[in-house]
Amino acid sequence: MTRHLLSIDDLTVEEIHEILTTATEMHDVQKRAVKKLPALRGRTVINLFFEDSTRTRSSFEIAGKWLSADVINLSAKGSSASKGESLRDTALTVTAMGIDGLVVRHAASGAAEQISRWIDVPVINAGDGTHEHPTQALLDAYALTRRLGSLEGKHVAIVGDVTHSRVFRSNVKSLVKLGASVTVVAPPTLMPAGVGDWSKAAGFATSYDLDAVLPQADAVMMLRVQRERMSGGFFPTAREYTVGYGLTRDRLALLRPGAPILHPGPMNRGLEISPDAADAADSLVLDQVSAGVAVRMSVLYHLLAGDGQNEGATA
Amino acid sequence: MPTHAQVPAEGRVVLDAGDINRALTRISHEILERNKGAEDLLLLGLHTRGVPLAHRIAANIASVEGTTVATGSLDVTMYRDDLKSHPTRAPHRTELPAGGIDGKTVVLVDDVLYSGRTIRAALDALSDLGRPAVVRLAVLVDRGHRELPIRADHVGKNLPTARSERVSLRLSEIDGEDGVTIQ
Repeated sequence: MTRHLLSIDDLTVEEIHEILTTATEMHDVQKRAVKKLPALRGRTVINLFFEDSTRTRSSFEIAGKWLSADVINLSAKGSSASKGESLRDTALTVTAMGIDGLVVRHAASGAAEQISRWIDVPVINAGDGTHEHPTQALLDAYALTRRLGSLEGKHVAIVGDVTHSRVFRSNVKSLVKLGASVTVVAPPTLMPAGVGDWSKAAGFATSYDLDAVLPQADAVMMLRVQRERMSGGFFPTAREYTVGYGLTRDRLALLRPGAPILHPGPMNRGLEISPDAADAADSLVLDQVSAGVAVRMSVLYHLLAGDGQNEGATA
Repeated sequence: MPTHAQVPAEGRVVLDAGDINRALTRISHEILERNKGAEDLLLLGLHTRGVPLAHRIAANIASVEGTTVATGSLDVTMYRDDLKSHPTRAPHRTELPAGGIDGKTVVLVDDVLYSGRTIRAALDALSDLGRPAVVRLAVLVDRGHRELPIRADHVGKNLPTARSERVSLRLSEIDGEDGVTIQ
């Protein structure tokens, strides 16, 4: 059976640890003069992006190239998708060229999973609508682990536009799997409907009061306010959002000393995160970007390099 | 650090702890003699059991020459030519001394030399890590059946084997005791 990475649900705790351990070794490659490993020599990976992206697409491209794969980027603008080709036809067409892996980003939730049913090469979900973004969660776990050590028993606050956030949905799964406790903070209008039952089942807490949660957090993850996914008024003004839920200069003082600050990017500086927080010594924003390459190398390696069987949990 | 599967003690013992110790002592002296001292020497152990062997040789050299020799470890997982035929696994640590490998006399240390494919992968890995002045190979056991034009410079014991036989090396650092068995 072809292995895909569509959701954090596809991974056991052991597999997450295996991916993070491998990423540590991949990270060392970034520091070398010759940034190349031959593990995927002769393989071809297509990055199929129906939605804009800077860091995810370029880090998947770098990750593939450093593993010696040939990487081709296709975006919806400039491809046949803009002429009305269906998702299925686009997926079948690129697969028919003889590729070995497909990295997909799409505005529709479930797009990557749908594609995985049509084609028999590994599909990696690089963000599907408001559903999941598993490699983002893995790189966040990697950046957090490097700063905090084991996440067992650590408390992570995830703050902001939860409703529209695939980053949140993947992160809460991986953080809980890794033993962290998670508190989700959002204004009532940006808290998903039915979050009560969901939080009980998934094992996270919710709060509307950022000032009460910040002093208890070992790390705080700010989410981007996704204005492109908002059709109605989720908050009266940007100013009001910042006052209630932005990581302002004043709120930095509420954080525990040394507690890292994460943001998946791109940041709305001055809205959900102040420049003081984004550029603080405890900000992991750039560490997340460099972790992104290492973690995506690790994911590409585990999905594409072997014989396609589940990796051994203990090597 | 990942845990390593221990090798069970089965089969006929061909080298006991004393034999391994004497072989490593001889290899240590050979390395020193060949290199005319310990200068610019770097002992690079190949995962898994080459790593403790490299440290043992370094300790031997330290007691003979009174100088510490640089050691490191090399993982060749990403360079293997049989990646496609196994499930993937996380690579082990590759650790090099701060000065890197440029201009050094690198002695690759491995437990059992068989097809030579691991050493081929190690040579490829080295060329991505820098440019050593010289690369040599030290192995505790050479069991023959080479599939590539590779030979060792320093051999603890030449062990004629059939391909169907299994040679297992146990080291106290990993397996609790020393010994080489064949079955």
